[in-house]
Amino acid sequence: MAEERVEFPITGKITTVNVKAGDAVQEGDVLCFLESMKMENPILAPVGGNIASIDISSGQVVEAGDIAAVIEY
Amino acid sequence: MGFFETGFSGLTWGSLVMLIIGGVLLYLGIAKKMEPLLLVPIGFGVILVNLPLGGLMETIVNGEVYEAYVIGGEPAGLLSRVFYYGLTWEIIPPLIFLGLGAMTDFGPLIANPKTLLLGAGAQFGVYFSFFIALLLGSAFPDVLHIGINEAASIGIIGGADGPTTIYLTNRLAPHFIGATAVAAYTYMALVPIIQPPVIKLLTTKQERGIYMKPQLREVAKREKILFPIIASIIIILLVPKSAPLIGMFMLGNLLKESGVTERLADTAANAFMNVLTILLGLSVGAFMSADAFLKPESLIVFALGIIAFSASTAFGVLLAKLMNLFSKEKINPMIGAAGVSAVPMAARVVQKLGQQENPRNFLLMHAMGPNIAGVIGTATAAGVFLGIIPNLLG
Repeated sequence: MAEERVEFPITGKITTVNVKAGDAVQEGDVLCFLESMKMENPILAPVGGNIASIDISSGQVVEAGDIAAVIEY
Repeated sequence: MGFFETGFSGLTWGSLVMLIIGGVLLYLGIAKKMEPLLLVPIGFGVILVNLPLGGLMETIVNGEVYEAYVIGGEPAGLLSRVFYYGLTWEIIPPLIFLGLGAMTDFGPLIANPKTLLLGAGAQFGVYFSFFIALLLGSAFPDVLHIGINEAASIGIIGGADGPTTIYLTNRLAPHFIGATAVAAYTYMALVPIIQPPVIKLLTTKQERGIYMKPQLREVAKREKILFPIIASIIIILLVPKSAPLIGMFMLGNLLKESGVTERLADTAANAFMNVLTILLGLSVGAFMSADAFLKPESLIVFALGIIAFSASTAFGVLLAKLMNLFSKEKINPMIGAAGVSAVPMAARVVQKLGQQENPRNFLLMHAMGPNIAGVIGTATAAGVFLGIIPNLLG
């Protein structure tokens, strides 16, 4: 199985996490919302598959390049 | 009524219509959250000034007191004084730019200087609608009183920058200030509705899906400090009349980036800016008396304003596509649309559309570059008008 590591594109604070490990996602589904530059930005699944791991929680501050989730497909 | 006069006898159809317009602006601001920080004071200002005998906009001309604002007269009311010393003296819009500068991060622009071109490209829309307004004005000279001054004030709406629009209109066509300001601020709030169809018309699905690496390079502190200083010197030497807006904008940014004037930057971006926003909104609203606002030119300002917005969006996108013809690393042409300066709404629109077409895309930071460049571009375009038009008119 292939793995897709989803990185955060910008630095920001996570406001909500919408999926958990084991969930099935479609391409374009929202993984979490990231507040950055006074805006809520959705982070989307780039591929459809299963969430292998997601190790973030709301309120957490993340840097650009940090891993948001790993999707197996 | 004897010795005590109420306002009822002074109500006219015009003032009733204006009271409704004021109510609509308040509704849009409060219920629809459209640019509430401006539309609420503007809407309330409209209501106040259209209640007869309040005297808020009184001006004195040759010893006679007029209830409505008379350009060139001596202000005598609360809001006519604010309008006169704040707007006619050109103090409030440049100082708002000081606050905007203190809120702006030039990082994305410095990291990718190419985007400066896109911010400039969108300004073609300003000139495009300037010429359309001019043509309409000369085609119907009996109905519309639109000359070169009025046309410039209409064109600048396309830049999507409120303070710049007000600044330029005050200089060139002060009788238009209510209409252009309200058009600029309402359309800015409507950016998420106006821009997507224009962008979609000019790009293919594939182009909108063009992937751009999310990370821009790290910008050093020294670059961020030097940018406002060097940019001011170059822009003001090139377009001297842009000095009040660009100068204040860059000073505000230097206060933020220098790292030693945090207190000043904080005040400029928050408390000071809020005071000015109240005064600006209230006095622009107060200018909209029935006589000043209910005329065919206002409708034309609104109609052409939306053309100006769309044209700026279109030119930004087209320039980005043109740049792609000559460069190896393709940019997503949508970021050109962010060259209208509605910060950050235009960048946000691009971000959303980009993600829709390709979930890997995250164009926000790429779009912020042209977006910030657009603010500089619109202020500069205003400076170009101010430098050229008085010479044309001799």
